[in-house]
Amino acid sequence: MISDIVAQYTTPEASLGFGSEALPSQRGFLSGDVAHQFNSLAFDLPRTQDPVDFLHTYTDVKSAEDNLIKLAHGTTTLAFKYASGVVVATDSRATQGSVISSQSVKKVIEINPYLLGTMAGGAADCAFWERELGRRCRLYELRNKERISVAAASKLLANMVYSYKGMGLSMGTMISGWDKTGPNLFYVDNDGLRLKGDLFSVGSGATYAYGVLDSGYNHELSKADAIELGKRSIYHATHRDAYSGGSVRVFHINESGWEFISLTDVDDLHWEYTDQARAP
Amino acid sequence: MVGKNCVAIASDTRLGAQAMTVDMNFPKIFPMTDHTMIGLAGLATDVLTLRDQFKYKVKMYHLKEDRVMAPRTLAHVVSSTLYEKRFGPYFVEPIVAGLDPRTHEPFICCTDTIGCIDFAKDFVVVGNATENLYGMCEGLWEPNLEPEDLFETISQALLNAVDRNALAGWGAVVHVITPERVITRNLKARCD
Repeated sequence: MISDIVAQYTTPEASLGFGSEALPSQRGFLSGDVAHQFNSLAFDLPRTQDPVDFLHTYTDVKSAEDNLIKLAHGTTTLAFKYASGVVVATDSRATQGSVISSQSVKKVIEINPYLLGTMAGGAADCAFWERELGRRCRLYELRNKERISVAAASKLLANMVYSYKGMGLSMGTMISGWDKTGPNLFYVDNDGLRLKGDLFSVGSGATYAYGVLDSGYNHELSKADAIELGKRSIYHATHRDAYSGGSVRVFHINESGWEFISLTDVDDLHWEYTDQARAP
Repeated sequence: MVGKNCVAIASDTRLGAQAMTVDMNFPKIFPMTDHTMIGLAGLATDVLTLRDQFKYKVKMYHLKEDRVMAPRTLAHVVSSTLYEKRFGPYFVEPIVAGLDPRTHEPFICCTDTIGCIDFAKDFVVVGNATENLYGMCEGLWEPNLEPEDLFETISQALLNAVDRNALAGWGAVVHVITPERVITRNLKARCD
């Protein structure tokens, strides 16, 4: 009995090598290696002459006012590398037009205990593709018996979204983590652009965050100062940028993986900082 | 907002260029007479221009007629001033709130950018967060509120409305106009 069930989930090794697709005839429900069934994703497309053009009419994210399909937008996220790790900080506001649809969005995505992603642009796109990235990273780990590097993980994501280039995906994300080579940080966006760097900020409030971040950044920062810098940068961005706000969420990454640091309401931070400035 | 023998007028204090907040203490409500105030929401340059223009007209009326302009009269001054620019309008939506100088009868109204007057017996809203404000006012307002209750009602309505609107907030100011005096209070608001 048990062996029948096991057989359903198992593919004879001879017929399938690592990474090869199951043949269509082997693809019945629960037949073959289950992982192989999901190896390549397939989405339904609109049945029109030009599905890409059709989608643009409804989901072109650059003209939010005219869109029939409204996507959650407006963000400030940042991440920076320094001597003892990576700081990742985000705001928590989602807007649809000028309406604030949420003040408690989680824009840091925990891909696995050593990898973090951030969310800017389309919330659904970021959440979906970074979860898909998590799945692929896990498969990599099982196949190779070692953790995936941040460089490889970010490249998986960049390659995935590149295959949908021009079809309206909207995401600006930072993939950060700790691997054999130490702390790592990559910027990946929906154009398929992938950049390695020490310091990134993404979203409508990014310019404000960069201003504070650049003036306070130093590679030799202490952990406490680095966290405070991340928090303050996001706060100043939420203050000036209408489409950023809510709470500041901070994560820290070191050799033992990521660690949640804090979630602070921007309103509390505002009065704390203004009181600090007033004090002699 | 209309109360019992009183009216209240309130606004947020943000001045912004699209998403960028430029000023967090920008006045949008201006006293015209002892018992009448005007609120101007919209393009900042037009807000300042119209403030000066209305002030001039109210003062000239006072000198020529030797009596204080009633809020209902001011409403028609506002309306005709805006309609003069029918084909190149000021980008401003005004609110007039006040008490009649003789009877102390409460009066509120608002107009659109070209001067169509909307008289109301309960409340009027203009500007960015109108949808949010309509919801709050519709839920909180009740007739015959005393000045202190009216203050609480209009403050809660405004603060909670702007907290759901990305382009409004950063502080608020409330004026309650009673026959005896005008109560002005600045409110703390979320600054994001």
